[in-house]
Amino acid sequence: MKKLSARRRHPLAAVVVLLLALAATGGLYTAFAPADKAQADTSAQSLAIDEGKKLYAVGCASCHGTGGEGSTDGPSLVGVGAAAVDFQVGTGRMPAQQPGAQVPKKKVIYSQAEIDQLAAFVASLGAGPNVPTEEQYNPEGADIAEGGELFRTNCAQCHNFTGKGGALTNGKFAPTLEDVDPKHLYEAMQTGPQNMPSFPDTTLTEKNKKDIIAYLDAVNSDDSESPGGLELGGLGPVSEGLFGWIFGLGGLIAVAVWVAARTAKAKKS
Amino acid sequence: MSTTTTPNPSGAGAPGRSREKAPAGEKIADWADGRLGIYSLAKANMRKIFPDHWSFMLGEICLYSFLIIILTGVYLTLFFHPSMNEIEYHGSYVPLQGQLMSEAFASTLDISFDVRGGLLIRQIHHWAALVFLAAMFVHMMRVFFTGAFRKPREVNWLFGFLLFVLGMFTGFTGYSLPDDLLSGTGVRFMEGAVLAVPVVGTYLSFFLFGGEFPGGDFVARFYSVHILLLPGIMLGLVVAHLILVFYHKHTQFAGPGKTNNNVVGMPLLPVYMAKAGGFFFLVFGFIAVLAAVASINPIWALGPYRPDQVSTGAQPDWYMGFSEGLIRVMPGWEINFWGHTLALGVFIPLMIFPLVLVAIAVYPFIEAWVTGDQREHHILDRPRNAPTRTGFGVAWITLYMVLLVGGGNDLWATHFHLSINTITWFVRVAFFVAPVLAFIVTKRICLGLQRRDKDKVLHGRESGIIKRLPHGEFVEVHEPLSQEAMHTLTAHEQYQPAEIGPTVDENGVERKVKGPQKLRAKLSTAYYGEDGQIPKPTAEEYKEITSGHGHH
Repeated sequence: MKKLSARRRHPLAAVVVLLLALAATGGLYTAFAPADKAQADTSAQSLAIDEGKKLYAVGCASCHGTGGEGSTDGPSLVGVGAAAVDFQVGTGRMPAQQPGAQVPKKKVIYSQAEIDQLAAFVASLGAGPNVPTEEQYNPEGADIAEGGELFRTNCAQCHNFTGKGGALTNGKFAPTLEDVDPKHLYEAMQTGPQNMPSFPDTTLTEKNKKDIIAYLDAVNSDDSESPGGLELGGLGPVSEGLFGWIFGLGGLIAVAVWVAARTAKAKKS
Repeated sequence: MSTTTTPNPSGAGAPGRSREKAPAGEKIADWADGRLGIYSLAKANMRKIFPDHWSFMLGEICLYSFLIIILTGVYLTLFFHPSMNEIEYHGSYVPLQGQLMSEAFASTLDISFDVRGGLLIRQIHHWAALVFLAAMFVHMMRVFFTGAFRKPREVNWLFGFLLFVLGMFTGFTGYSLPDDLLSGTGVRFMEGAVLAVPVVGTYLSFFLFGGEFPGGDFVARFYSVHILLLPGIMLGLVVAHLILVFYHKHTQFAGPGKTNNNVVGMPLLPVYMAKAGGFFFLVFGFIAVLAAVASINPIWALGPYRPDQVSTGAQPDWYMGFSEGLIRVMPGWEINFWGHTLALGVFIPLMIFPLVLVAIAVYPFIEAWVTGDQREHHILDRPRNAPTRTGFGVAWITLYMVLLVGGGNDLWATHFHLSINTITWFVRVAFFVAPVLAFIVTKRICLGLQRRDKDKVLHGRESGIIKRLPHGEFVEVHEPLSQEAMHTLTAHEQYQPAEIGPTVDENGVERKVKGPQKLRAKLSTAYYGEDGQIPKPTAEEYKEITSGHGHH
């Protein structure tokens, strides 16, 4: 220690400290920065970016600006990441058809290859979440019950108990999650499209997301069972009440009319 | 045997015939009669006449669905644990395995998945409850629109109304028992309403839940209220309701041979026993099919209740929907003073809730006061012949429906692609405007129908046959109505508006007229004045028109 303190007034001491500080910062950055956000600029990647840029100029630039900087008609795409593009374009929400409270899901007009190119271009504008790999979103072996609890805690407020969707303010809505691709579910949680809050891995871990996807797969897909019979939309007491009135009481009144019409024979003879 | 020496007080056994020879059935009847005195009771009631009309069977639907609810409810109590102890679920429903939940919720899951026939019985119970309330609503409206609530049936009207209100709360407590996320939200809603009561709200809430919400008590408390207290009162009221129906005899629609002093129809035995018994099984069968086909309250999909969770689309069952609507459309006003908050946004709806119900309950008494009619009425009104009453009834239903729309505003928004805010504003305006419009429109329609009836009586039915007269004019031939039809159309009686009379007597002394009297005269004019009804055709008018002075 004495040696070090003796040289602390050396003319080069400041330089050494600076170098050490830089090395520490850089080292810490490489150690802790999310690795997937740093894009390696390989030649295939840059080709995809070029192609994506062309597609972007035709399909997206009118609202999001030529460089993705955004305009009054659309938000900036800098830093939204490839996952956001894959979700928005992959579910047909983008390109938007018309302005409105919310952009609804519609027919997908780009091929998956084109979507990937667009995603590569948008990702090149600024670091953002990547498109998840299949092993990230595949619900195989995930904990359904845990997913249900997470879903009720984080998602059901807007998407209903089993993801049948619900209303938000001023014409906005949380869409139904029925038969939504697991990849898109994952991306939506990751990026928080439109009115949805985003749930990055710090909030909902990769496993949490998988559990939620597994829960939705169990309760709200083509294969999910409804042990009680017709689901009536899974919307709760309103649709049940409507069904009870129309088919329950309506049917019973029809029966009553039928019974009343059958008067005793004594009257007729 | 010494039976021959004993006189037979009931007189049921024929004299000179020995007891040994009587058929077994007669012997049993005789035995029972000697101890219970059922003969005179049966004699008086077995041939009780009931009129035939499908709308008179709405009450039967209520009664039978009530019985179905009791029967299935007893089965459910065998397996339900009304406890809020937290346990880990290890039953057969995979998506909830390992979750913490109350015993109440877990036992409801067991009823649904592990008890034989449990799910079907649960669904019959719940569907029957929805149908019960809906049938009571329609039954009540039938009674209302036909004026069957008039003397001597006012008390029975109140019994019926009480049954409806108690049915609502029995339904609500039952819906809350499984302790699922949906019903828990409903109980939380109720807690909020209780808390909104000024000054004592907090105490009431702590009393109700045994401490801070949700506590560990409310399921057990609701359970005894749901299976014992309320159904007990309801059962008593149902019996009283039926006894009064028997005592008053059933009302009937006007028609030839039907008067205020008779009942035209079929006897209880054998016709109505067979019909009503058969109808019970039809209702049971129908509701069972409904329950077998359609899912209701799938608590496994809703999850166990936790106060930190909530789902969209959290609505009560339909009969509580109007209270949900009141809360949803009420602006969130509140007043703060000296550290206390008066949550008007909840308190005002809480006050309007009983008013909506009471409005329909007290109507019979208001009408009786306006007409001042002390007579008994056993002949039903056609709704068109009481335009003000019909208008009021439709206005009330309109208000109820508007509030139901408010209660389901989120589903209206998503299914009709509307803005939930717009719907809320629509409901706020419609709450005040729609009943008034409905009243005016209904009254006009009733008056139009009265005019049409008058026209039909005086000029006959349009036959659709066009005749050309010798001078070239085309006329449609009107066919005169049958005597019976004319009687039916003119059988109703029309009140004259009540008048206060001269306020100044012959000596010029002014008589004091009290406020209520003035109000009554005004109301009476509105009911029965020129704008309130079309004078029904008189015999003179009819004679003049049909006396053969060519056509009119």
